[in-house]
Formats: sequence, structure tokens, C-alpha cells
Amino acid sequence: MCLVEVEKTPKLQVGCTLPVAEGMVVRTDSAVVKEARKGTLEFLLTNHPLDCPVCDKGGECELQDMVFRYGAAESRFTERKLHVDEKQWSPVVYFDAPRCILCYRCVRICNEGMGVGALGVSDRGVISEIIPNHYDHLECDECGACIDICPVGALTSGIYRYQTRPWEMNHVGTICTHCADGCRTTLGVRNEKIIRGNNRDRSGINGEFLCIKGRYAFDFAAHPDRLQSPMIRQTGGFEPVSWSKALEVIAGRFQNVKARGGKFGIIGSNHTTNEENFFLAKLARQGLGTQNVDHHRTGDLATFFDALSGRKEALATTGDLYTAKAVLVVGSDLAQQHPLLSYQVRANFRHHNAHIYTVTIGPVREDHQSAGAVRVERGGEVAGAWSLREKLKAETSLVIVFGDAIQGDGLRKLVAFGDSLGIPVKYVCLVDYSNSRGAFDMGVIPRNGGMSREQMLAAADLDVLWVIGANPLKNAALASEDAFVVVQDLFMTETARRADVLLPAASAYEKSGTVTNVCGEVQKLKAAIKVMGAKADLEIFGLIAKEMGLNLGIWLPDRVFEEIRKSVHGYNVPLPVVATGGAAPTAPLNGHVAMLPGAIQSACDTLFTSGSLSRYSNILNSVMEAPGAVYAGEKRAGGQ
Amino acid sequence: MTMLYNEPSPLETRVVSKRFGLPNSASLDTFLATGGFEAFHKAREMKPEQIIEEVKVSALRGRGGAGFPTGLKWSFVPRNSPKPKYIIVNADESEPGTCKDRLLMEYDPHQLIEGILIAALAVDSHAGYIYIRGEYRYLIELMDRAIAEAYAKGYLGKNIAGTGWDFDLYTHSGAGAYECGEETALLDSIEGKRGIPRMKPPFPAVAGAWGCPTLLNNVETFSAVPAIIRDGGKAFADLGTPKNGGTRLVCISGHVNKPGVYELPLGYPMMKAINEVAGGIPHGRKLKAVVPGGSSCPLLRAEECDIAMDYDTLAKAGSMLGSGGMVVMDETTDMVRVALRIMRFYAHESCGWCIPCREGTAWLRKILSRMVEGNGRREDVALLGELSKNMLGRTFCALGDAAAMPTMSIVEKFAEDFEKYLVPEAVLV
Amino acid sequence: MIFSAPLEEKFARMLAQYPPGRQRSAVVPMLIYAQDEVGSITKELIEEVARRCGVTPLQVDEVVGYYSMLHRKPIGKYHVQVCTNISCQLVGGEELYEHAKRKLGIGHREVTRDGRFSLEEVECIGACSWAPAVEINYDFHHQVTAEKLDQLLDNLPDSDHQGAANK
Ligand SMILES: Cc1cc2nc3c(=O)[nH]c(=O)nc-3n(C[C@H](O)[C@H](O)[C@H](O)COP(=O)(O)O)c2cc1C
Ligand code: SF4
Ligand code: FES
Repeated sequence: MCLVEVEKTPKLQVGCTLPVAEGMVVRTDSAVVKEARKGTLEFLLTNHPLDCPVCDKGGECELQDMVFRYGAAESRFTERKLHVDEKQWSPVVYFDAPRCILCYRCVRICNEGMGVGALGVSDRGVISEIIPNHYDHLECDECGACIDICPVGALTSGIYRYQTRPWEMNHVGTICTHCADGCRTTLGVRNEKIIRGNNRDRSGINGEFLCIKGRYAFDFAAHPDRLQSPMIRQTGGFEPVSWSKALEVIAGRFQNVKARGGKFGIIGSNHTTNEENFFLAKLARQGLGTQNVDHHRTGDLATFFDALSGRKEALATTGDLYTAKAVLVVGSDLAQQHPLLSYQVRANFRHHNAHIYTVTIGPVREDHQSAGAVRVERGGEVAGAWSLREKLKAETSLVIVFGDAIQGDGLRKLVAFGDSLGIPVKYVCLVDYSNSRGAFDMGVIPRNGGMSREQMLAAADLDVLWVIGANPLKNAALASEDAFVVVQDLFMTETARRADVLLPAASAYEKSGTVTNVCGEVQKLKAAIKVMGAKADLEIFGLIAKEMGLNLGIWLPDRVFEEIRKSVHGYNVPLPVVATGGAAPTAPLNGHVAMLPGAIQSACDTLFTSGSLSRYSNILNSVMEAPGAVYAGEKRAGGQ
Repeated sequence: MTMLYNEPSPLETRVVSKRFGLPNSASLDTFLATGGFEAFHKAREMKPEQIIEEVKVSALRGRGGAGFPTGLKWSFVPRNSPKPKYIIVNADESEPGTCKDRLLMEYDPHQLIEGILIAALAVDSHAGYIYIRGEYRYLIELMDRAIAEAYAKGYLGKNIAGTGWDFDLYTHSGAGAYECGEETALLDSIEGKRGIPRMKPPFPAVAGAWGCPTLLNNVETFSAVPAIIRDGGKAFADLGTPKNGGTRLVCISGHVNKPGVYELPLGYPMMKAINEVAGGIPHGRKLKAVVPGGSSCPLLRAEECDIAMDYDTLAKAGSMLGSGGMVVMDETTDMVRVALRIMRFYAHESCGWCIPCREGTAWLRKILSRMVEGNGRREDVALLGELSKNMLGRTFCALGDAAAMPTMSIVEKFAEDFEKYLVPEAVLV
Repeated sequence: MIFSAPLEEKFARMLAQYPPGRQRSAVVPMLIYAQDEVGSITKELIEEVARRCGVTPLQVDEVVGYYSMLHRKPIGKYHVQVCTNISCQLVGGEELYEHAKRKLGIGHREVTRDGRFSLEEVECIGACSWAPAVEINYDFHHQVTAEKLDQLLDNLPDSDHQGAANK
């Protein structure tokens, strides 16, 4: 299809592989070229079934578009078409061989883009066929990149197939809620239901990339177990109540505890928006007069910002991972825990020959591109990095990406190690969940002597435990038997079961606001659907504040974001960038940061898990346990 | 006497085949007793540029099919590249009508080894691989024995024949794929992959096997080199016609009395080859058509066959000398069946990378078999021609062309043969 | 998987003959030689070759599908390959193939019930000047007529050694 006419060359040339030369004149739409393309299309259509009316790709099919454009409409092919039955390769991937035009794009994206190599080609000539890596099924990341890149309807997704016609959906560009990497995903929505996730316009920091979670795991939002009404615990169980009733009970109790100088414990979320986190921190400190605010921290950001304080150009962006000359990954299985960052590193290797180094407790995918792979015992990470020092010193610049194995002192040692190399070094402190960075930056942390999450759970005299979008009681007990527990969540989690008042919260697909990804880039969420009964956490905070008679300002997301831009260090990001769906890097390195009490633990999620959301995603539960996840077995205690 | 597959003809000019038929012709002793390795020793005294110059002067052109000037190809290998350089011998011999490389390896393997060594001197290579089609297992074994013998007697390995030159040579088995004869697909194949051609440039001379500079030639091309160095390029060139040096093995098959492989000088008259060398057409039948150099060449009608067999003359006549596989067809030949058989071959062998080749060969095969089954339609004949035209020149490698060209020539030149396969109009509803 | 001693030795040499780190190059030859011993390309064999050559089983699987001499199903002890390409076609190759079908009672790429024979219509095998040609396992037979083919097939040894390795 890429045939072009080159002046002074008698034969048409293959445009996609032809090197450009000085003074070359290339025609891409001459009559000859059009005729040739028409001829090629006629060939392509010989074995391609014309089942466009029922094909998922109909309306978005590159083959349809090409035929429309070059007009090989009249068929001279009167022979029998080849037929092979459709196959299901995994819960998400179906393959319909006759529709396949053998462009090998899927094979290439899986190999070169994902570094998985789960697709190949068997046989040859007209009967050649794409094959999966396990003879009759796929064992892979299930990322669906192959489906997205398929120009026709040969590869289809188990979620989306035969659900709708593409033009019947609204397309809402927002940010994936599952991990901290912050990929843009376009949700296809019909009748308040998300039917499809992809990145159809290749926009955002992830370009064409999305992992299984970004592409398919939106289904938790429509899970029948979603909470849809506020509830109050009675002796016999939970009783649904009206929002006004629930808010009245909460406000009353909060007032009361506040008035008698009682002890609040507030556990925020690492996937609520910046606006929500900001408002919550304000509500806690100004409204309730408590410093006991925390969330499940998955990376030691306090030490990180402190150790690098005052430096410029020390924080790497997602983009830097694609352009850096060298990348050192310490204590993380990027492909499992940070799929986008892993993708960036891989693309950097492929396109720029970047040097990749790894220091991990087991084999990771990055090893394949590695210029130096070091295996260490847990705790030996910094020493492991030192063993690479000579090689790293020879690099011209470096990005160090590290997981929760590096915290406190170890983190300062790693920075000292970076300094000792004598080359420019940038860092990424890995955190999990869609807005861990935002929760920290907005102050959902125990500053000024506040209690940590663990301390709250262990305090026998706690009067109120307020948990927002978190599940701290999953693996821990609450010491205070009399504590009044308020929980805002999507589902009946272990923590929710202990609630005195339970409020149904909206998911990130149902609200607007901003989130900050692992590299500190702020991006905007756009509400795609509404779920009956649930409210966004911000609105809940606002209503509680109002009910308590507090004046904390207007709680509309845009207004709160304005406040954040004015008052949070490093968040004075350009509005147009964020407003138009871009990613704006923050600059939080300014001054000494106080150390915090409490534990820091990565969630050790794999490609197919992301805290409680993944438990409610049928699609994530339907795929096999992530192959070769090195850190998956690590302490899951902190998980939500 | 070693048994030959066919009687030699007194009309031959035996240069590369001069040892065919000698007792124990494949042994190193026979080889050495008949001038073997003289050329290598001579080449060892020459500068690499002189070797290449000699090959250029000889006007030797690739015997694999494309007929590219060999000396020029050798000069493209960057001698000073820091990477290792490899020699690869194309012994995939799969072009229908071609059966000559087989004889060169069976009767004179050491001549091939000597040719490879001389090439290695010219491009500064120290390792070579002979890619032999899997069906030729006996030749792989035979070649392995010859290589072992050469190693044992110091003609391969370290310090060859005391010259201080090191060279290792290995065989590599294919496993049934015509496309792997195409030079870049062969490279993928030898790297352990499916044989899909690579984009050019870079050419194999610069980035070939395992990304290193690679000199790739046909068995017969390498086998001609010792004679060129021994007797001088000019002497070799003079055997043929200008720009078409030397002799080549012509594989004559089909409707002749004495089919066989004969060594004839380039420019040899085709009719003389058919009527005298190959003993003419049996049963007194008349000539109908000739495939001049393997099934990918456009066919010639009988009246076009009064022609000199060299690259340029055949090209002017709209065909090719190709791989030297000359298939002779008498007047009883059904050209539609021939077209179908050729298309079945290419459809079977298309690697599937290019759309026109992959889909075109399959479509044409379907039309032709429908016709042969008696369901031809008048418009099919024109369609065959048009579809072939849509394939021609629109593919990555020449397999697409190889399928299109003979079909186009049959449609053009033998249209009358299709008549009997057309359903009479009246029957059509 | 362990192969016979001579084959193991061959494989060891094979893996050493390519440039360092290029053991993948041995995939195709290894498959075809192993097939001769094992009888067909099994899943187990694919995985073994992948392991030895340092590639994924999928990469080997792709190769198996591509090359026409590699068979996923067992072939007969005697694999009878009749060429019908043009040179052979002109002098009776197609008729000879039809004869072979009748004689063996099987079609293209089929195996006789006793596992003794399999038949394949093959593309040019490089015997055009001595056509029509037949290759049985790795043995070439030239200018084969129907009678000659009958004789050939009737007189093949019964001995027990693996058919394909018979050469
Ligand atoms: C489809 C195709 C098949 C080919 N098969 C062979 C072959 O079997 N043997 C061969 O020597 N050359 C074959 N060639 C030609 C090679 O690509 C290459 O030109 C040749 O081996 C170079 O050697 P030479 O210059 O000595 O001829 C084939 C080319 C094409 C396009
Ligand atoms: S022309 Fe045919 S054989 Fe050659 S690369 Fe294209 S598809 Fe493959
Ligand atoms: S055509 Fe049959 S061997 Fe060549």
C-alpha cells in the first residue's frame, strides 16, 4: 500500500523502506500510484471476508478507509475464499484469521513495543497465520496492544466485541485509575456504560501504550456490588439511609468529638483526586483541628524530596525515560509494577540504544535490554548499584528509578551514590496507585506530630476513624473498639464492613479533577459516566463541611485546583496544558521536608492487580496470574 | 569412472565441469592431481584488488539467476570493516528447471572450496557457510566429507597450505523453501528465522549475515573462480561474448532426446543447444516453446528461439538467462497446464510478506485450476494478464515477478491454448 | 530430550559453528535432523530446540510452519516425494504421481495405515534434466516410470531402522 513513484526510477518503490536521498522527487498520489494501490487492495480483498456489517472494526477499519479512498469496489474475484474458524486465545484476545491481512503489526508491537514476543507467524504464503505463543492460547501481558494496532477486525477484544457500533459511543479522554503511571485512556461510553478503553488518538504521555488495566479494567465501575446508597450500621446489619441523614449523623458526631478534644484518625486515599486530597487535608487541619492524617504510602517521598531539596533538574519525567542515555532500575519489576515506565525504557532502548541497568531480587524483563543486570538480596540494592559504578560513570547522564526497597537512609545513600558518579542524574521515586504523589503533595500525611496510619489503628483511644477510598483493615485490626468509623468507598471492603456510616463514592471514571502521576506530572480526569447514588469524594467532603457549618471555600474541582496552584509548592503549573489534556510536571523540590512516622510499603501489584479495584474487575480476575512477577510475592500486608 | 547422470556432449566447452567423470573426482587427491589449488596459491601472491580485478575482467556474472557482475559485487564488500566478513554459498538450487549446482558439489567439491578460499582472500574473510537445500541431504554429507578431507590435509582451518591464511568452512541445511534461495531471505534463514527477504539497502555486502559484511554467490559462480585466476580473467571472458564471460552449465530438460546438464559458452545458439547438444526433440515433433533459464523467465515461442544464450541478448528478447534451467516444450505441450503448474509452485513458495505476491499467486492459481477443470470464462484470460501486471514490480523480492512474468508471457504468446478451456458462451446462464 | 550419540555430537558441532551468540542459526538444521530421528516435529522437540538455541518456543514454532520439509505429524517410514514441477510434468511427472497415489492408496501428505509410506507431491527437487524424479527419504531416483516406481517401492528394505534416517 505504500508504493510511491520516484522520479527517474522506472519501478514503483516501496515507500516505507526506501531511504530518502538528496534531490529525490517522490509522488504519492499520481495516477500510477493510485492504480497500483487499487490493485493491491483488490488483492487484499480476495480473501478478506466482507462482513463489515457485523465486524467490530466497521467504521474504524483502515482497510475500509483505503478501499473507500482508492475504490477497489468492484470485485473481480469469483473464487472461493479461504476460511478458518475464529479462535479465542485468551479472555481478552480473539483472532479471526480470514480477516487478517498479514501486516504483522501485532507481531511487531508485541515484540518490539511490549518486549513480550507472544505473537508469531506460522506457515507461509496465503495460508500464513498469526499464532500465539502457547500453541492454542496466549500467555502474555494481555495488554491488547495487538488488538488496538490491528488495522482490521482480525484481532478483537473479549470485552468489546459485538457490543456496539463505534459511532454509537461517546469518546471520553481521561486518565486510567489503576496505577501511578497515569496513562491517558479514551473511554467509549454508551448509555452510561463504559464499553471500551483504548488510546485511539495516541495522545498523552503514553502515546500508543496502554496495559490491560488501562484498556480493559474499567469494568469494576459497573460491578453489581457497587455501593449505591449511604448506610448506617444497626445491630442487625447495614440500613440504607438518605444522604441527608447520613451526613447529619457524621457531622453531629464529628462536632461532638471535636468539641470535647477527642482523637480523630483520617486515612485518605491514593487514588482520589488532588482536589479531594487537598480539601480533605484542609478539612482535617482547619475544620477538625487534627494532624492525624495519612494514607497508605508506597514510596518514601518525604526523604526523596528532602534529599534532593534545592536541586533543579533532578526529577525525571515520563518523557525523560524515553530520551535518557542511560537508565538504572533499582528494586522494581517495572514491566509488572509500572508498565508505562517499562514501555518507555524499552522504546528508548529500541530507538536510541539507551543503556539499561537493573538491580533487582529476581529476573525482570528489562534484563533483556540490560547493559548490566545485578541480582541482590532484599536490602542489598544500594550495594548492588555500587557494583555498577564503573559502567555508570562512563555514561553521559542517567535516570535512576527506584522502588520501596530504597527508603530513609538507603535513599540518601542512593542519592550520594548518584552524586559520586560525576554525571547529571535524575530520579524517579516509584509510588503505586493513581494518585499517591497527589496525596503526599496535598498534605494527606501526618505532619507536625500527627499520627501515622499504623498509629491510628493501634490507638486504643481513637474516637473517630474516617477512611476514604482505602482498606486499612484488610490485614490489620482496629484497636479502638469504640471508635466511630466513617468509610467512603465504592465497595463493601473489609474496612467498609466495620463502618458505622458508609458512604458510596464515585470512581475516578465518574468525576473530574486532577491527579499527579509517579513522575509528578499533573493530568486532568474527565467524568465519563454517572453511577446512581454515588457521590464524588470532594462533594462528600464539601457537604460534611457544610453540615458542620465550616467555611472551607467552594468545593468545585476547578476552584479547588486554582487554590492548589496558588498554595501547594511546585503546583503552579500552566493551566492550558492541564485543561487541554496535557501532562504538566510539578516542581516540588523546595526546602527541607520533615520526616514522617509510619511505614512505607509498595503495593507490589502486578500487571493484573491494583488493590481492591482489581478485585472487582472481572476481566482482571479472568486472566492468569501475571507470569514471572518478581515482586508479587513480596509483603502484601500494606495492600488495600 | 564416476557415473554421470547424462552422457557429456562433444560440443561442450568444459571448464568448471572438466573433472566431471574423472575417477574419484570428488576426492582431494584427484583434485590436486588435476591442477587443484594452483589458483589459490597464485591468488595468495596477488593483492586482493588484483583478484577482484581479474574477476571483473573475466566478465563472470552471477550464476544464481540475476546475472549481476561478480567482480563488481566482490568490490562492494568493505574490506576494512572491523566486523568479521562472511562468505555464503547459495546452494539452495530450487528454481524449477535447474539442477547444476548439485553436480558441481557432487563431482568437484574441492573446486568449490578453492573458489570460496579465493573469494575469502579477496574480501578478507575467515569463515564461510554453504547453504544447501534440505532435500540435498546426500550432498550435505558429501560436502561435509570433502570439507573434512580439506581440513585433514591442511586446505581448510589454520594456516592453509602453509600460506598463513585461516579459513573455516561449514555446511548449513535448509528445510524446504524456495524463497530461501533469495539472498536476503537466505540470510534470515541462516540466522534461524523464517526466510523473509530484507530491505535493501543495506545490501548483504555491507550488512549481511548476523549484520556483518557478507559475500554471497551461487555455487557455480564460486566454482568458476579457480579457472579465472588460474588461466586469467581474459581467457575466461574470451570463451563467452562481451560482458558475458565464460561458460555456464545449462540444464536442458523437457522434450529433448538427451536431456542433461551441459557446459556451453555464453552466447551459444539456443537452437543448436536443443538440436545438437541435447539431441533434438523426440518423435520428430516441432518445438513450441522454451523456458530459457528457470521457471521464472518469460517463455519464448519457437520462432523466438533462434537466439544466442547470453544475459544481454535474452534480456533484449524480453526474457532472461536466469539460472540456466532450459526447459524445452514440443508442440503437444498444453501451455495452460504449464501456466497452472508454474503458478502452483509460486503460490506454494510465496513467503507471504508482500500482498500482490501472496494473494496474487493464490488467485491466479485458483483461476487457472478452474480453467483446467473446464470452467474457464473468456474474461479470465485477460484477467490473468491484468492481475500478473498488478503483481509485477510491486513486491519486495523477485518472487512476485517470477510468478507474474511467465504467466504474462503465456497469456500473450499462447492465447490460443486457452480456447479449449473456455465454457462455450451459450452454456453460460 | 536426549538424542542418539551421533546426533548429539552433530548438534554440539552445529552449535559451535556459528559466530558467538548466534546459536539461533542452528534452529533449522537442528529441527530437520531431529525430525529424522524423532519422526516428526513434536511440541517437546520444539521446546528442546528452543532451549538449546536460546530462543522462545514460539520462535521455533514459526520456523516449523514455514519450512515445507518440517512435519508436525509423523510421516511414513518411507516418505515418497514425487516431483510434478514443469520439467517433470512435461515427461510424465503428474501421471507418475497419480500412479503413486493409486499404488499407495493415499494422497498428498498422507500416511499409509501401516505407517510404512507417506506421499507428497513436491516442487522441483533439482533433478529436472533426469526427470521425472522421485525422492524417497533422502534418496534420489531419476527417470522414474510407473513400473520403476512399483519396483522401487516393493523392494524397499523392511529393516527396522528409522525410515527418515535411512540415508
Ligand atoms: C525467489 C528467488 C529465489 C532464488 N533462488 C536462488 C537459488 O536457489 N540459488 C541461487 O543461487 N540463487 C537464487 N536466487 C538469486 C539470489 O537472490 C542471488 O541473486 C544469487 O544467489 C546471488 O549469487 P550470484 O550473483 O552468484 O548469482 C533467487 C532469487 C530469488 C528472487
Ligand atoms: S515477493 Fe513474494 S516471496 Fe518475495 S518477499 Fe514478497 S511475498 Fe515474499
Ligand atoms: S522439475 Fe522436477 S526435479 Fe526439477
